[in-house]
Amino acid sequence: MAGNVDALFIFLLIVSGMMSLLIFVCIIIFATKYRYRRGVPAEQIEGSTALEVTWTAIPFGVFMVIFVWGAVVYFQERTPPRDSTEVYLVAKQWMWKMEHAEGQRELNELHVPVGRDVKMIMTSQDVIHSFFVPAFRIKQDVLPGRYTTAWFRATKPGTYHLFCAEYCGTRHSGMIGSIIVMEPGQYEAWVNGGPSGPLSVTGEKIFSELGCGTCHRADGTGRGPNLRDVFGKPVLLEDGRTVVADENYLRESIVDPGAKIVNGYKPIMPTFQGLVSEEQLNALIAYVKSLSGKSEAAPNKVTQNAPPRNDGQANGQQVQ
Amino acid sequence: MSMATAKAQITERENYLNKEYGIGSWLLTTDHKRIALLYLISITFFFFIGGFFALLIRLELLTPAGDLVQADTYNKLFTMHGMVMVFFFLIPSIPAVLGNFLVPLMIGAKDLAFPRINLLSWYLYIIGGIMMTHCMLTGGVDTGWTFYVPYSIGTNTKFVEAGLAIFVAGFSSILTGLNFVVTIHRMRAPGMTWSRLPLFIWAHYATSIIQLLGTPVIAITILLVAAERVLHLGIFDPKLGGDPVLFQHLFWFYSHPAVYIMILPSMGVVSEVIACYARKRPFGYAFIALSSIAIAVFGFLVWAHHLFVAGISIYAALVFSMLSYAVAVPSAVKVFNWTATLYKGSIHYDAPMLYMFGFIGLFTMGGLTGLFLAALGIDVHVTDTYFVIAHFHYIMVGGAVMGYLGGMHFWWPKISGKLYPEGWAKLAALVVFIGFNLTFFPQFVLGYLGMPRRYWDYSHMPEFQVLNVLSTAGATILGVGYLLPMMYFLWSMRYGKPAAENPWNAAGLEWKTASPPPTFNFDTEPVVTWEAYNYEELDAPQIQEVPVGR
Repeated sequence: MAGNVDALFIFLLIVSGMMSLLIFVCIIIFATKYRYRRGVPAEQIEGSTALEVTWTAIPFGVFMVIFVWGAVVYFQERTPPRDSTEVYLVAKQWMWKMEHAEGQRELNELHVPVGRDVKMIMTSQDVIHSFFVPAFRIKQDVLPGRYTTAWFRATKPGTYHLFCAEYCGTRHSGMIGSIIVMEPGQYEAWVNGGPSGPLSVTGEKIFSELGCGTCHRADGTGRGPNLRDVFGKPVLLEDGRTVVADENYLRESIVDPGAKIVNGYKPIMPTFQGLVSEEQLNALIAYVKSLSGKSEAAPNKVTQNAPPRNDGQANGQQVQ
Repeated sequence: MSMATAKAQITERENYLNKEYGIGSWLLTTDHKRIALLYLISITFFFFIGGFFALLIRLELLTPAGDLVQADTYNKLFTMHGMVMVFFFLIPSIPAVLGNFLVPLMIGAKDLAFPRINLLSWYLYIIGGIMMTHCMLTGGVDTGWTFYVPYSIGTNTKFVEAGLAIFVAGFSSILTGLNFVVTIHRMRAPGMTWSRLPLFIWAHYATSIIQLLGTPVIAITILLVAAERVLHLGIFDPKLGGDPVLFQHLFWFYSHPAVYIMILPSMGVVSEVIACYARKRPFGYAFIALSSIAIAVFGFLVWAHHLFVAGISIYAALVFSMLSYAVAVPSAVKVFNWTATLYKGSIHYDAPMLYMFGFIGLFTMGGLTGLFLAALGIDVHVTDTYFVIAHFHYIMVGGAVMGYLGGMHFWWPKISGKLYPEGWAKLAALVVFIGFNLTFFPQFVLGYLGMPRRYWDYSHMPEFQVLNVLSTAGATILGVGYLLPMMYFLWSMRYGKPAAENPWNAAGLEWKTASPPPTFNFDTEPVVTWEAYNYEELDAPQIQEVPVGR
């Protein structure tokens, strides 16, 4: 990815170098050739529509090439490959807390294997921060109250700077860390060396501690929608809209359950705002994700989540 | 008119400077020229305050460790550098000083349409300025000039006071814009048709529209943040159900067009000065005029290019990236037209012209690096780094301040009635140009290497030091370059040679009245029977003795 960004950057250097050369050379030639000489008056020229059209159209054409190229690179930067390894990141003044899907936790450091796509699922506990790894040419603001994502694939083992790029207060410049890129073998040893279990298992534990399973029953008979195979699929809402159940939707459904009600359920779920920490939210989401087999994704099919067909009383519910 | 009688007239004539004396005659004046001078003094004060903060920032960054000031102090320094320079220097700079002085003169009017409102706008500026100064003296604010939420809602520094200072000063800007729009529509002398307007006026017209339509949005935004801080309304803070990205949309809806408030008037100066020293009507007059309007219109449609990594949708980003390239076109058209104006001209190298060459060089660099930032894939890497800092300083300092200084030199004889020392002025132009490039060019490289902006301490990244040292060295040179004109302008007020009515033999109504002009600008109402930039006629009768330059 860094290569793509640099290629466009070099193209731009050449284009803008040529444009400035053209302008500066013209200015220097005109300024010397037409410097004031006694008895040689300036020649009045009104202008030229043909020239105006030319130097409007040609730069615009060149700009559009840059625009399209830049957009292509941006789409790559903004679209994580489907089978990326996922890392959850919680930013706060002034540190980075990371948690691997395997359960390893890190502070201001992130170990990743070389050659694998890594997707960062990020949120902030306080103000806006920005996840910036210059070597990978990626940057993404990290916002409170929602998830943003970024991804990268490191191609060379080594240690790379991680910076906070959005001003966040006193120790903004101290909110730095390292991305440590390891050979796959070393990485496997590192990631399995820790004490904790996978993040989704932690999430399952929280899920049962909070009693989520009372309503979100696995057999589909609960007062809330069944969460199996929900993640990544379109969900039909009560108001007729369809949303994709991504990380942000799951998050919103936990902290603000009334915002988007699944069709056929009632808005009876209480909010968990303030009751679960960012880390616990991440674990819960990892758990819900683990309930969906990644391979059988069928994005065009609207998940039905039909309520149990019997008694009309307490059966309307809502997701999560 | 022989030299002797001209001189005698200058010394004896009553003009706007010597008509009345005493502090009251200045503080209660409704003369646009005197108000321009009030602005000149006040913005110069804030320019040097802001410059002082900049110097401290550069000194801190001389070494990687945070050793000169504390982290919190540093954060306040760059915040107040930005707020002072943007809201109390750059936005008023050319419109409130040169615009105020020249708009009525150039269109042949006695004054602006609303002289009292003009004075009111200066008082609002001063009230805002006093609030800002009070805020700085009693602890300051540390949000960055962009005061992004939720940080600005939570900070324990004086955001509300600084915000209100900007709020009040904003109304000064709105009133100036209003005054110019009405004046340009209603007060043009007979024969001064729209197609005969100087390009400086077109540029100010476009600027005024932005001031009128954009400034209320920042005012509302400030009030919303203040309300959220004080009354805990949930508008921007996600904890209260708000959306922090909404703030960024509102903020940049004003603050991006604000860049055009700073640069458009400067472009107007360039069109005037180049025409005079090339002795030519500007190439493509209509296109230069229309490109100012195009910039003002497109300028309102590009704000979200500041948000490419802020969490907006990729499709929104696409639209704003494309529109950003659209706004680059009229700026490019201007540069091409200025260059073409030199073709077959009769070019003089007086100090104002040197500033214009400097403007074109620096503005071109700033504009072209804007193409990098508008390219989505590249913006992700370089946004919020020193690349952005370098880019917008090339536009707002390289471009706008270069134009401002060039304009101050060009019209100084009209304003003060005295000539500035040409040798010193040329030297200052050179020093500013060199100092500026040495300060900001290394920052492009720093940014691409990944140095984030607003970093007090980079001791974990010692590889950034060499470029920072270069930048700091440049800043000291630049500081000298900015002090020089202030000193010789002051000197010339007392010791400078008296200026004739039209020392550059320039076109334009402002040169057809005395230097300095009388209180009501013209002894008899001018009637315009010629096209703008009639340099051919001006040069024709006295072709052997063109009194341009010295």
